[in-house]
Amino acid sequence: MAGIPHDHYEPKTGVEKWLHERLPVVSILYDTLMIPTPKNLNWMWIWGIVLAFCLVLQIITGIVLAMHYTPHVDMAFDSVEHIMRDVNGGWALRYLHANGASLFFFAVYLHIFRGLYYGSYKAPREITWIVGMLIYLAMMATGFLGYVLPWGQMSFWGATVITGFFGAIPGVGEVVQTWLLGGPAVDNATLNRFFSLHYLLPFVLAALVIIHIWAFHTTGNNNPSGVEVRRGSKDEVKKDTLPFWPYFVVKDLFALGVVLTIFFAITYFMPNYLGHPDNYVEANPLVTPAHIVPEWYYLPFYAILRAFTADVWAVMLVEFVTGGIVDAKFFGVVAMFGAIVVMVFIPWLDTSRVRSGKYRPSFKWWFWLLALDFVVLTWCGSQPAEGMVPVISLIGASYWFGYFLIILPLLGVLEKPLPVPATIEEDFDAHYPPKDASASAAE
Amino acid sequence: MSHAEDNAGTRRDFLYVATAATGAVAGGAAVWPLVNQMNPSADVRALASVEVDISDVAVGTQITVKWRGKPVFIRRRSADEIEAARAVSLDDLPDTASENQNKPGTDASDVNRSVDDAGEWLVMIGVCTHLGCVPLGDAGDFGGWFCPCHGSHYDTAGRIRKGPAPRNLDIPLTTFIDANTIKLG
Repeated sequence: MAGIPHDHYEPKTGVEKWLHERLPVVSILYDTLMIPTPKNLNWMWIWGIVLAFCLVLQIITGIVLAMHYTPHVDMAFDSVEHIMRDVNGGWALRYLHANGASLFFFAVYLHIFRGLYYGSYKAPREITWIVGMLIYLAMMATGFLGYVLPWGQMSFWGATVITGFFGAIPGVGEVVQTWLLGGPAVDNATLNRFFSLHYLLPFVLAALVIIHIWAFHTTGNNNPSGVEVRRGSKDEVKKDTLPFWPYFVVKDLFALGVVLTIFFAITYFMPNYLGHPDNYVEANPLVTPAHIVPEWYYLPFYAILRAFTADVWAVMLVEFVTGGIVDAKFFGVVAMFGAIVVMVFIPWLDTSRVRSGKYRPSFKWWFWLLALDFVVLTWCGSQPAEGMVPVISLIGASYWFGYFLIILPLLGVLEKPLPVPATIEEDFDAHYPPKDASASAAE
Repeated sequence: MSHAEDNAGTRRDFLYVATAATGAVAGGAAVWPLVNQMNPSADVRALASVEVDISDVAVGTQITVKWRGKPVFIRRRSADEIEAARAVSLDDLPDTASENQNKPGTDASDVNRSVDDAGEWLVMIGVCTHLGCVPLGDAGDFGGWFCPCHGSHYDTAGRIRKGPAPRNLDIPLTTFIDANTIKLG
């Protein structure tokens, strides 16, 4: 499967040969597990395993929660309380599932920003990157659908606001929104279909994850130096890499252990820290909570949605040019989705020939500003839209688009990169000098 | 499909096109029921109209009733509210259409917003035209309604004055059955 030359699986016993000739499943597993992995990977390369763990955790806890949950407007809220109070260990399962979603997004954001810094999206890894973005979109959809199920006030009003995005589409918006909801407003039909889709999407996610892994096993991993593994011979490969098993498995499992220690501490000692008290009030279509906020992991994009109000010149210009078809509401929705879509195109927007941000002196500053921008937008999204918040949101949203559409294309031309190491081995040896040249020669 | 030299098209070309066309029609016919099942079901569509008793509504207060899954505000406006709404010039309104299903095509003057000509009764769908939250009554910079979600301000005639909402609050089909009863839908 991998493009990097390495030792493949050889069936030895009669049983192995018998199976291999009929279904080479052991071969696929062996090659996946033994893939040559750049030996200079740092601690930012552990989020993949955390994400894989999260997907499994969510699917398992989700399946058992579905055994006790009732997707009906009259019973959903009570059935969640039934899980919390009556089902054996139900409280733990639900808190693991709810906080598991937060860990999932926390890890995916670090994973994405890792890729943005080390240029993991650049050729030949564009497909890995794009599939990753599809995974992220599917995660957002799954998280949103799941948050509606407890049928609390935030569930109901979050669903109303989010499905309202589709109502903003000029012309067909109302028809699309009614179709999605199954009625004029969020109601029983909505809750039922959201439950169905919330159960379906994680399996779509699992399939996408397999494609994601397949893609980067074909190209090989990126690494902090951004230099490709030498592929001239198996000996060259061995100087740049170590097999995934056992070296990286052990490293990743150690990191997972540390992350899970913190995760379990939060889940068991402060399980509602990331939630909203309003969602412990049953959904009421006649009363909107004073301050509707999405879950923390949607806040940056929520801030971008709210940033483009009718008094922003860009919005006025677009409204004038389109003859009023694109109004401020639709503009905000397009901007919010656009903020994610623009990331899909980054392999072609970044014009620099140097892959890793380590060797790009000005890029670094812009990158860290983007990371700061993300945090600031998160904060903006959590605040009511008043005072300085709309202004800060607008600046933050502008920088988000500016980074991808203006800064990255220009930097590749204007920036003078630092010298890049010739090989991964050289980069590795610079950090960990070989202790004794004669000793290693004698091996 | 066909080679450059035989432009006439062969029996095989015809079979390809016919198969593809049949496949597309069959595919569409199979997908449509799956799409259509998500549209509002018969019982949802059947909730057409409701009658509301308004005899207990005092001047300067409002009631909220649920109609087609959405809140409807029925407000009995005070003289001050009517006066404030009628003093507004059309030039100050972001949305100059009445958005009144009873009076399609009219402008957003206050007389075109109320149910009765005196302007005492204002009946509106209580759903913010931005992203669908329920605005709060007796609130906002214009003494009408204020949407807490994204800060839209509506005046005492339910017209958008400030904030991200694009339209005035919608007015549903409303008729007086008698002096104490309003029919919605």
